[in-house]
Amino acid sequence: MISANLSAVFYLISGILFILALRGLSSPDTSRQGNYFGIAGMIIAIVVTFLSVGNFSTSLVYVIIFLMIGGAIGAIIAFKIPMTAMPELVAGFHSLVGLAAVFVAIAAYLNPEAFNLGNIGKIKLASLIEMSIGAAVGAITFSGSIIAFLKLRGIMSGSPIIFSGQHFLNLILGITIFILIFYLCKTQSDNIFWTLIAISFLVGVLLIVPIGGADMPVVISMLNSYSGWAAAGIGFTLENTALIITGALVGSSGAILSYIMCKAMNRSFVSVILGGFGADNSSDDLKEKIDQKPVKSGNAEDAAFLMKNASSVIIVPGYGMAVAQAQHALREMVDKLKKNDIKVTYAIHPVAGRMPGHMNVLLAEANVPYDEVFELEDINNDFANSDVAFVIGANDVTNPVAKTDPKSPIFGMPVLDVEKCKSVLFVKRSLSPGYAGIDNELFYKENTLMLFADAKKMTEDIVKNLD
Amino acid sequence: MEIDPFIFRLSIFILSIFIGYYVVWSVTPSLHTPLMSVTNAISSVIIVGAISAALAGSSENVFSTSSTFGFIAIILAAVNIFGGFLVTQRMLQMYKKKKVKN
Repeated sequence: MISANLSAVFYLISGILFILALRGLSSPDTSRQGNYFGIAGMIIAIVVTFLSVGNFSTSLVYVIIFLMIGGAIGAIIAFKIPMTAMPELVAGFHSLVGLAAVFVAIAAYLNPEAFNLGNIGKIKLASLIEMSIGAAVGAITFSGSIIAFLKLRGIMSGSPIIFSGQHFLNLILGITIFILIFYLCKTQSDNIFWTLIAISFLVGVLLIVPIGGADMPVVISMLNSYSGWAAAGIGFTLENTALIITGALVGSSGAILSYIMCKAMNRSFVSVILGGFGADNSSDDLKEKIDQKPVKSGNAEDAAFLMKNASSVIIVPGYGMAVAQAQHALREMVDKLKKNDIKVTYAIHPVAGRMPGHMNVLLAEANVPYDEVFELEDINNDFANSDVAFVIGANDVTNPVAKTDPKSPIFGMPVLDVEKCKSVLFVKRSLSPGYAGIDNELFYKENTLMLFADAKKMTEDIVKNLD
Repeated sequence: MEIDPFIFRLSIFILSIFIGYYVVWSVTPSLHTPLMSVTNAISSVIIVGAISAALAGSSENVFSTSSTFGFIAIILAAVNIFGGFLVTQRMLQMYKKKKVKN
């Protein structure tokens, strides 16, 4: 058994190692080392906990067994999961952190002596507030992440679920949570504690159901942030520095990612949370407009011809590429182009895909070197000097309307200046509008050639035609 | 007058938010997905609370109500720790600089 002071020092060390883990992600070269720091920090925290409890009874055997069971499940998932399923995996993992926070809070509430928080029915006020906040945030994280998971997995429809009085109901429930915490502190009644957790679960569900598919990058980041705040809440309860530091790190990380995602869509965080964006995407005059305007469409042969005669090509991937799993075929196509001395780069919009960095991971999986992949602001000026833009599975993030039409719902959103390319190849299954429910002007431009097909199939056909 | 230890913890918390703020802004956007999976893994350090709760059961009653919640939380957090770090590692492995094939 080691002293409380010594274990506090070790918790601090593991907190510092976690900071270094995040720091390592500032460049792909240092990132792997960063991950090892994180693992080291985790091992230190777990070992120190064993040593500081010092109760080497039969319980310990069970703890290790349960740890191994969980570890084995986690390892299997980590090795089996396809890269295209990353968004739902992350959402699923967030839900586990949330639920773990709830369970630890419950355990502490039921057995406060074990954590030096006072006695049953006489838990210290500060601890009680901390654990109820931890439990409430954890519960919201859990149920919210489950809904996000179901939506991303396609088990639940990705379109927003909206009913009247929704926001009012959420407001009432939110206020109820605070009132319950207040009364819990006053009475220390078990029923209030359970009600608090139940309502928090409900709030998590209600919070995420109105948010549609393409807003998922914000939702996942937000839940990431929540899971951090939940951990920090529990950290305060248990007076554990490692948890407090980690909670703060994760909380601010998620918050920053949400901010970046909102900014990339030119939307306020509040409007994303209120949800309902893109709910009515088939108004009649819109359909009429689509029918009337002429569209040039081509086949793989035309596309291959255009690219073969180009000297530079920019690839613009989007969620459609992930759905079609087209990244490997795409890489093959790019290899062929490079053999013909054509310069190829990739342009990634921050909200392309369903989570921050989604496209980068898929391209990395397909062995695309990361120094060929550029962010919006770094590559946007290059479109004007390039011959072909190959848009595969992206839509709204290329829509010039965001720059020209103040009435458009996406006006002001930073978009890729794809239309400035000499010619644009647009792989898409149909002319249907994108997530924002608006028509993409790019489809009807003189220099746009639509390639109507599944992204993967079209890319493979182009590869054949490049020979 | 003595300072409440809570204030010290609050100080650590707030300073850590600032550290997080600056560190995360320096993360390159192409690694935002690994960032999410690694933050997910490290937030599972909540397992220390779960272990304490689980070990609090007496030797006659290993699975009291309280420690049972601890045990379940251990499984949940362990899935996250192993899953989170390993999947991050798998992703980062793909970001290695590729040799140009000729």
